[in-house]
Amino acid sequence: MRFIFKTDYTQDIRLAKHGGHVFWYALLVLTLLAAPWIVSEYWLAQLTFILIYSIVGLGLMLLAGFTGLFSIGHAAFLGVGAYTQAVLTNAGLPFPLALLCAGALSAAVGMVVGLPALRVKGIYLGIATLSFGFIVEEVFARWESVTGGNAGIHIKAPNMFGWQLASGEEFYFLCLVLAVGATLLILNLLRSPTGRAFVAIRDSEVSAQSMGIHLARYKTMSFAISAALAGVGGALYAHKLQFISPDQFNIVQSIDLLLMVVIGGLGSVHGAFLGAIFLITMPQVIALGKDWLPDVVGQAPGLQGTVYGLVLIGFVLFEPLGLYGRWLKVRTYLQLFPFYRRGMFKRQKSFQKSDRLR
Amino acid sequence: MMDVLLSAKDLSVRFGGVLAVNGVSFDVKRGEVFTLIGPNGAGKTTVFNLISRIYTPTSGEIAFEGRKLSELAPHDVARLGIARTFQNIELFEHASVLQNLLIGRHTHRETTLWSDLFFTPKTRRAEVAAREKVEQVIELLDLQHHRESLVAGLPYGVRKVVELARALCTEPKLLLLDEPSSGLNVEETDDMVFWIRDIQHELGVTVLMVEHDMSLVSKVSDRVLAMNQGEMLALGTPREVQAHPGVIEAYLGSVDDVASLRRAA
Repeated sequence: MRFIFKTDYTQDIRLAKHGGHVFWYALLVLTLLAAPWIVSEYWLAQLTFILIYSIVGLGLMLLAGFTGLFSIGHAAFLGVGAYTQAVLTNAGLPFPLALLCAGALSAAVGMVVGLPALRVKGIYLGIATLSFGFIVEEVFARWESVTGGNAGIHIKAPNMFGWQLASGEEFYFLCLVLAVGATLLILNLLRSPTGRAFVAIRDSEVSAQSMGIHLARYKTMSFAISAALAGVGGALYAHKLQFISPDQFNIVQSIDLLLMVVIGGLGSVHGAFLGAIFLITMPQVIALGKDWLPDVVGQAPGLQGTVYGLVLIGFVLFEPLGLYGRWLKVRTYLQLFPFYRRGMFKRQKSFQKSDRLR
Repeated sequence: MMDVLLSAKDLSVRFGGVLAVNGVSFDVKRGEVFTLIGPNGAGKTTVFNLISRIYTPTSGEIAFEGRKLSELAPHDVARLGIARTFQNIELFEHASVLQNLLIGRHTHRETTLWSDLFFTPKTRRAEVAAREKVEQVIELLDLQHHRESLVAGLPYGVRKVVELARALCTEPKLLLLDEPSSGLNVEETDDMVFWIRDIQHELGVTVLMVEHDMSLVSKVSDRVLAMNQGEMLALGTPREVQAHPGVIEAYLGSVDDVASLRRAA
């Protein structure tokens, strides 16, 4: 059990709260830096995908987990980023500039989509973003002169002012740098007034407003930041696959993204990463498991969907805080051993919350 | 000392066929504790919601330091120096007490999105300064033990204090307290009396409150306005209002009612 005595306000603001944080995160970064020499090429590619999805997940986590706005059309932002990157890279723009444009355009689209969020809430916002996702997918398919329509579009390797990042290792490091950068930005945001305003909106709009928080401005801001990160993720996704087509950004992708943050654990930055790890490794695990199952089950179509569905139901029922919530409990158990009590994480019912002012 | 901080003139609000507030006028003077009392459904909380711009009056006008509130958006009210608590506690449940209080500093925010994203020295300084201010409020209301706890796990009495603390963190000129003692035990209510006095005398904050506990009302209030069914019944010192025949009737029924009851028995 660790007790932290705070003697200074900066201690409260610091990202690494104690030596343990410094040690473990340094170890994690070192491991990730050494990964190309440790794991096989195939798993390095999977790791790259995890990093890309983490960036997208961080954005969606900010929106859904910290601002309380659910988007069921997030693949559209991924798509906007991917197509912007593809078109600009093929036109010869260097990678950093193209990435900046991809993020900025996604953010702009995000602000437009954020407009209905100012009026509708909950399930209705879900429907609005869902239909937005369909519209964007349709645009990708129909705007053939730019997107190449359903035939898809090839994208060249990222070009850093003459330096071609053609190999898997180089691209992995690029993703790693961007993922770490995105994480730091989100962590900074969450420990500053902007992030707290998001949390305030999530927990009680009426009192956020009475504290002087401009709801419309902050909701739009959250949508824009979230979409920008999805756009950056989309750009990397396009480079990684080297080929994109509209059906990669359909509703299934959107639901995968939402699944990722819910299973990872809404309202935690770790959750975005844990969710990404889950999303990428689960199909591999299922593929491995197929061989062990009888053919009737193992070779049946829709096995992956079924497993995903069951896992999601399981999490919603037994662990609403997701993988990160489970980890917190395990950690507390180990820290307090043998004094852990069963009811420690039991949610207190709050029946005092008023719905009258909503 | 005696100038008017907030004045409501001929305030009415109608929800469909219900006239929730009807022609209510009152002035809150700088530095006083002004209490609204009345039976359930009298329109007290509606008056609060009119001041914090959650509702817009059907007719009439509220002015704060001479500025018309109807010209402002709901989130601008806090910037003028009006802070409030809610009848059914509206805290940010899944955040710590400290974070809740820091959100109370929002109107004093000096940083921008960009300086926040990169956590520049400016944001860092602002964060330290905000914590210093918050710590003063924590000190005043004895919340040190709960600084790091999540609001969702706190008992009702503490949440009530946290909400008061959050309102104080905005450094308001006018504090609206919606039933500060509801759900508190005797001891906690006594603490609340002390704190309201401290807020009035030491911090110099004007308090407008809705309250049912008459002992608390008579201990802290300078003036009391009694309402019934959206209308004003009586305005004066706590003693005057409690003795007012209309107030007694609204709470206990009229002499005729009592007489008819007696006949029935």
